[in-house]
Amino acid sequence: MGKIDQVFRRWRCASEIVMRRAATGSLQAAPRTATSIPMIRDLASPTRFMSLSGRLLPWVAGPAAALLGAGLYMVWFTAPADYQQGETVKIMYLHVPAAWLSLFFYMIMTSSALGTLVWRHPLADVSQKAAAPIGAAFTLICLVTGSLWGKPMWGTYWQWDARLTSMLVMLLIYLGILALWRAIEEPNRAARAVSILTLVGAVNVPIVKFSVDWWNTLHQPASVFRLGGPTIHVSMLVPLLVMAAAFTLIGVALHLSGMRTEILRRRVRTLTILEAERLDAQAA
Amino acid sequence: MSQHAFFILSSYTVTALVVAGLILRAVVDHRAQTRALAELEARGLGRRSRRG
Repeated sequence: MGKIDQVFRRWRCASEIVMRRAATGSLQAAPRTATSIPMIRDLASPTRFMSLSGRLLPWVAGPAAALLGAGLYMVWFTAPADYQQGETVKIMYLHVPAAWLSLFFYMIMTSSALGTLVWRHPLADVSQKAAAPIGAAFTLICLVTGSLWGKPMWGTYWQWDARLTSMLVMLLIYLGILALWRAIEEPNRAARAVSILTLVGAVNVPIVKFSVDWWNTLHQPASVFRLGGPTIHVSMLVPLLVMAAAFTLIGVALHLSGMRTEILRRRVRTLTILEAERLDAQAA
Repeated sequence: MSQHAFFILSSYTVTALVVAGLILRAVVDHRAQTRALAELEARGLGRRSRRG
């Protein structure tokens, strides 16, 4: 078992004991955790994750940069102007991937929230915490670029349309989750509170996706992922998909990096507590 | 292009700034945690055999 594993397990056990003492006033047996299931236990090892992610990260970041370069070249030099939108269609190559990634990261957070609450997977809350700022950033990009596209095309920066409003609600949920992470100092308690908020907020995901079908909105309906196939000409669809792939890989690289940093942060926290305990013992 | 250049260039500028901010934050935070961990380990923490 690696050093990080030992510290991580010790930190989780100590947190559980402190929480149970606080709640019941007495020490009780540790609850069943993900580490009692062999397959999940293997995947739950922070040492193994650090090793795998360290090797994987350059293979994600490199293609992300290459795809971004290729995508930007296509957008600026080969993709034609739209017959209705003109050159403002270039904004769509940012807006659409950002919207997809906003939902993608919320789905990652929802899966991680289940991992935290149901299986108590040691990396689930690490994943949740790392995903939140990335999802919030892509939601912000989606809203700002949509607004900048809306002014020349719709004549207004903002409309209280179902899609726009549900996306704004998505940003507010992300910001609420980020605030909750900061509000609760103890990571295990914060993870559970955030998981509940994340699962409640997941109700908004289908509302965002299907808002254009359920309500009569100013926002256009889906034009790529639809039953009848994409309605976009291939000369615009290819750069859009390349940009979406680039954004996805950038997001995944940031998520892996964020998880690695969060594992280090928790290790620093545990060692700081150990140091304080040692100093207390020496003083006594 | 010139007619809507402001909106297009603003979109790309905002996106570049936000993504650059995310990358910068990730790098700075990772370095800070790595440094903090190294300092703690230099003080003898993180090794079971050295714990008091």
